[in-house]
Amino acid sequence: MNAKTADKIATGVIYAISGIVALILISMLAFILIRGVPHLSWHFLTSPARAFEAGGGIGIQLFNSFYLLILAMLISFPIALGAAIYLNEYAKKGRFTSIVRTAIEILSSLPSVVVGLFGFLIFVVQFGFGFSILSGAIALTIFNLPLLTRSIETSLAQIPNLQREAGSALGLSRWETVIHVILPAAVPSIVTGVVLSAGRVFGEAAALIYTAGQSAPALNFADWNPFNISSPLNPMRPAETLAVHIWKINSEGIMPDLNAVSAGASAVLIIVVLLFNFSARKIGAKLYKKLTSA
Amino acid sequence: MDKITQKLMQKSESTKKDSLGRAISLAALSLIVIVVISIFTFVMSRGLSTFFHDGVHVKDFLLGSTWNPSVINPQTKQPYIGALPMILGSFIVTFLAAIVATPFAIGTSLFMTEIAQKRGAKIMQPIIELLVGIPSVVYGVIGLTVIVPFIRQIFGGSGFGILSGTIVLFVMILPTITSMTVDTLKSVPRHYRESALAIGATRWQMIYKVVLRAATPGILTAIVFGMARAFGEALAVQMVIGNAALMPHDLTSPASTLTSVLTMGIGNTVMGSLQNDVLWTLAMILLLMSLVFNLVVRAIGRKGELK
Amino acid sequence: MSKSHRGTIVTTVVAVAVVAALGTAYATREKGSSGTSITAVGSTALQPFVEAAGEEYAKTNLGTFINVQGGGTGTGLSQVSQGAVDLGNSDVFAEEKDGIDAKKLVDHQVAVVGIAPLLNKNIGITDLSIKQLQAVFTGKVTNWNQVGGKNQKIVIINRAAGSGTRATFEKFGLKGAQSIEAQEQDSSGMVRSIVATTPGAISYTAFGYIDKTVVAASVDHIAPTNKNVAAGKYPIWSYEHIYTNGKPKPAVAKFLKYLTSEEIQSTLVPKLGYISIHDMRVIRQVDGEITVK
Repeated sequence: MNAKTADKIATGVIYAISGIVALILISMLAFILIRGVPHLSWHFLTSPARAFEAGGGIGIQLFNSFYLLILAMLISFPIALGAAIYLNEYAKKGRFTSIVRTAIEILSSLPSVVVGLFGFLIFVVQFGFGFSILSGAIALTIFNLPLLTRSIETSLAQIPNLQREAGSALGLSRWETVIHVILPAAVPSIVTGVVLSAGRVFGEAAALIYTAGQSAPALNFADWNPFNISSPLNPMRPAETLAVHIWKINSEGIMPDLNAVSAGASAVLIIVVLLFNFSARKIGAKLYKKLTSA
Repeated sequence: MDKITQKLMQKSESTKKDSLGRAISLAALSLIVIVVISIFTFVMSRGLSTFFHDGVHVKDFLLGSTWNPSVINPQTKQPYIGALPMILGSFIVTFLAAIVATPFAIGTSLFMTEIAQKRGAKIMQPIIELLVGIPSVVYGVIGLTVIVPFIRQIFGGSGFGILSGTIVLFVMILPTITSMTVDTLKSVPRHYRESALAIGATRWQMIYKVVLRAATPGILTAIVFGMARAFGEALAVQMVIGNAALMPHDLTSPASTLTSVLTMGIGNTVMGSLQNDVLWTLAMILLLMSLVFNLVVRAIGRKGELK
Repeated sequence: MSKSHRGTIVTTVVAVAVVAALGTAYATREKGSSGTSITAVGSTALQPFVEAAGEEYAKTNLGTFINVQGGGTGTGLSQVSQGAVDLGNSDVFAEEKDGIDAKKLVDHQVAVVGIAPLLNKNIGITDLSIKQLQAVFTGKVTNWNQVGGKNQKIVIINRAAGSGTRATFEKFGLKGAQSIEAQEQDSSGMVRSIVATTPGAISYTAFGYIDKTVVAASVDHIAPTNKNVAAGKYPIWSYEHIYTNGKPKPAVAKFLKYLTSEEIQSTLVPKLGYISIHDMRVIRQVDGEITVK
């Protein structure tokens, strides 16, 4: 076979492979959306789930997912930001830094089910938090920290050193340079990173089944006092999220309209995750424009 | 001493702030390290108590092929705690998924970097990013409603098994491997390609003999990362593999992985009992394996640097 | 400098506002409801029952909140014996779980669940003896023609090891014999659809899941019906237990009494495919000994 034919064949194969990959994604999305979207209705999105009767919704699960997401982000963002600032701005090459980097790498490659079991052992059982939003939020934080830290660090590293030198030249301390010069410049890519990681956290289930629990007790949406037990804001109540709900009804569900609920819930989950993905890019680009033009 | 010297001798306000900021960010960083250390300590101490507290032999655990911790073997007076079926199951699905995914990942990333950069950036880039974002339970649902019935139709049996698990994992790790391979290919210096083309190589010769060779360490790293993800994936696999703690003897009969046994069993056992301890030992194996994957990545990186 | 001062002021104001809001919230919380919150943890099979009953109960007993969590029988029993929760839901007697000090726990039986062998329709068998069940599940026979069916390979589908359904089936359906290792499924609905579509498949499930797509085989010529279970004729059934650590608190005792009331036992219990505890004409002890009421 001469080189030209080989070249043509190889090009053809590469085209075919890429085509197949594109086809896989499109057919998966189409499958989930076509199967699920017909089941979506206001009632489905807002009413509580029914364990053994038809006609239940995913309202509480949807709320739990967002609440857990917000709490997890509130805890993990400052920690990740601090860690990233230290790694990128203060850390010198040395033993400590390399140990820390290894630790973060290991944490990021830990299976999320192990993170969930650790949360179960420490927060649910030892600390006595029970299956609760609090335990779940901490597990999600552990799951989210390494990736968020790395993404913020990359954002900071992209800011040219010229900016730091300019800061020093103006007599600013390193901390002031970071706060007033580097961080504002890095905001667009940090925001993109945060929203992308929010999408991942939203779809996570394995870290939650033994921490936030697998039950979603009825909530009183008129009561926003976090100290009341049926309040949606109470952090000590068990909270099944949308992703956990999908897993649970598929592996041990007993309601008669299981397939419809599973299809609808999967469609909602996909739509939300896609929204996160798209908005991450949109918001990042917009912020960049705004901050650079000003 | 006059005021000015005193002021000059003291730390300025911004220095104070600087050390405060430094301390805060260092504290955040240390927190992450503490979390990692405590995960290791707690999971290891639970996992090891199978051997120290319950007196199980490591050999019986790793090489035994019967898993039924609540039943005592009448001959040895020991419960059946052979974890080999799950360990094998995990490794087989991981390797198979990586073997299937690698050509697809390399092909797609070549398309994106060498063949059609424009379309690659416009169409394939978002597709790969979307695939990364799809939650694992959704992969599980698709596996359960499409792949399992499909396998059942073609091969008979129940459709649950290693083959279904492999297919689901293949799609899950494909974007991971692809996006990392794309990064490596992009980092191959432009003059490599130009010199290959200048001496009369066709595009494929340039890709095969120069670009891929130069990118090999990076591609290997990408594959190992993909395998690490496949090894630790829990719910999607558990939904399609069939969960039989049996030695896997063919691809379409039900099998199990470390993660699937863990998620199904941990709630049914009592903390501190042998049945519970052996599950923590499985979790410990998962933990150690992710450490091994990390070491492999480092070893590859170091070798790649030398060349 | 003034900019950073403004930042400090804003931060302080926000912090004060948050603390004040939390303070007011804490001061105005419904003390009644936080006083009588009952937490139940355990069996995922029992979870929907206690949850549904708890919601009904809360309607008539305002201010009481029943918090039901899954987590599995093992978690439920260990949590209740540590005193971490009020109720531990379990599919088995606490004495049957390793690592549990059953003497401390008080058993409250709230329902009975019957379990039937489930067969694929094409096997051509509608009745199996206990001996035959044993032979099938321990792998002594591997083809249905050895027990009077068609020439068809036997495919066993088990429930998760440690699950209540499996424990009950092995104890009473197989007379304590252990099933060989086979495929495991956690979901009853999934088990039914696999049995319906897989030639030669056999499994077992609670009565509530039997439908026309599968054959629910008689055991020793006794049909798996609620009536036969209640009369003590059909052998494969178990209690659904709720355990308390020692004697329950008055609020908890009231809820437990509500669970066994005629109101719940005649409505919710049959709806979930369980058998009412009041219909039972026999009592079974931990060791399996049956006495007539």
